[in-house]
Amino acid sequence: MPIEVRDLTHIYNKGSASESVALSGVSLRIEDGEFVGLIGPTGSGKSTLIQHLNGLLKPTSGHVLVDGRDIWEKGGSLRWLRQKVGLVFQYAEQQVFEETVRQDIAFGPRNLGLSEREVEARVKAAAAMVGLPADLLQRSPFELSGGQLRRVAIAGVVSMQPQVLVLDEPAAGLDPKGRDEVLSHVQDMHESGMTVILVSHNMEDVARLCERLLVLNQGQIVANGTPREVFSRADFISEVGLRAPDVVALMEKLRERGWPVRTDVVSVEEAFAEIARELGQAKGARASP
Amino acid sequence: MMSSGVLMGQYYPAESPVHSMDPRAKIAIAVLFMVVLFVGNNFYAFVVMGAFAFLAAVMSRVPAGLLLRGLRPIVFVMIFTMALHLFLTPGPAIFKVGPITATWSGLVQGLFIGVRLVILIMFTSLLTLTTSPIELTDGLEDILKPFTRIGVPAHELAMMMTIALRFIPTLLEEAERIMKAQMARGADFESGNMMRRAKSLVPLLVPLFVSAFRRADDLAMAMEARCYRGGEGRTRMRQFRLHARDFLAFALIALVTAGVIAVRVRFGPVIPRGL
Repeated sequence: MPIEVRDLTHIYNKGSASESVALSGVSLRIEDGEFVGLIGPTGSGKSTLIQHLNGLLKPTSGHVLVDGRDIWEKGGSLRWLRQKVGLVFQYAEQQVFEETVRQDIAFGPRNLGLSEREVEARVKAAAAMVGLPADLLQRSPFELSGGQLRRVAIAGVVSMQPQVLVLDEPAAGLDPKGRDEVLSHVQDMHESGMTVILVSHNMEDVARLCERLLVLNQGQIVANGTPREVFSRADFISEVGLRAPDVVALMEKLRERGWPVRTDVVSVEEAFAEIARELGQAKGARASP
Repeated sequence: MMSSGVLMGQYYPAESPVHSMDPRAKIAIAVLFMVVLFVGNNFYAFVVMGAFAFLAAVMSRVPAGLLLRGLRPIVFVMIFTMALHLFLTPGPAIFKVGPITATWSGLVQGLFIGVRLVILIMFTSLLTLTTSPIELTDGLEDILKPFTRIGVPAHELAMMMTIALRFIPTLLEEAERIMKAQMARGADFESGNMMRRAKSLVPLLVPLFVSAFRRADDLAMAMEARCYRGGEGRTRMRQFRLHARDFLAFALIALVTAGVIAVRVRFGPVIPRGL
């Protein structure tokens, strides 16, 4: 179920004094099973863009096609789309409202009109997918830790069994352990076949997790490529108000000092291997004469 | 962002003698004017008060459309009261519809009530149109200050109003966000009968209250961290001072008041000849 965005423009408060252009002429395509990272400075239009993907916002002009079908072509309910494209908002725990965790995760499936048995099965599956122990399901959501609550909120979207999952900063504001847990479950979901779109300000996370990055700046897509390609253009990255992962910066410093290391690394492991290789060569060079 | 721009009070920013008046003077005059409006009970009094309100409206430079828009919610009430007066006041009949009779004195009374309501609404909306919410609450605090001795929490009331006004846009934005989050989970806020719709608000209201309470806690903490301890000994960045224009306005309203009272004592509830 590929998603295609064609020449999308969105203007808030069009025609009033507070008119502001959030997106202008954005086009992109996301294939089945991809893990795409969406990065860009604050106010670049990331949140606006992802809200178009499940029809929460209507384009001022342009088209959003899901499965080759323009979602705004025919009027009527967009519930089918909301089921296919799950959107997890930033600080998603704010959407939790039910008395028990189970009830809250069941909210989405119930809205789909599923039978109670199917709802229960989906709740269990979703809870397992985000790593919530079964005994938490009876508890009140307001007794849980921040990381647990965030995962309840994500499960509340996952339980609708979307084919595409869009997450806006799913790890923001969590402690390191919570971060790792949430992100590793996102990774698992992707491996189980879901298309994942991850919005994040954490360059290490997107470099490590995503297969492709889209860089948004001032409402336009300014780069589209693998993390390796995108982050190797260090000047460009800082120009749009982002920064490359620390390991890239490290490699560049080493190069400045005359080490002929590669700079297109995206993870600590890669950087380690590259430095070890270089050290080994240096040692070899010294030992050989 | 989002659909803000709504509901920043109904303040209409402009430069005019009315805008630049001391808010305390404006509030006091508005209150006095309302009283006088109900003291006046004959034609001449309404002419004088109408003229005063008209003068204020013209000087304020608020577009007439905005002022008239304030009347929209009371149109029904006005028609209803006028009709009641028309049919229920005893006197010489104009026409009869079955058992009910429309009377001349009823017509006149109904018109009086109608005009009174129109002037009242126009004048009070002029107050909120020409005074920013902050000025309004600060002015109110000053006016209520003498009553703190008898237990009126003037500063607290004003602070509550200020905070409420400050958080209206924030809460609206938050409501919109939560609504979208629930819509992403298949919630439907638009269709269904009354019961269903009311029920569909639970997923919106619970999170909204939870976050409003959390926000209130945080704000209280932040205020305490900056040593807020109520209004005692607290000074203000903007100090109000009465200027010539305020005294002029006072003089004018005093004149109107005196006139209306005099006319009431001299003539009583009269209708001008010819009507």
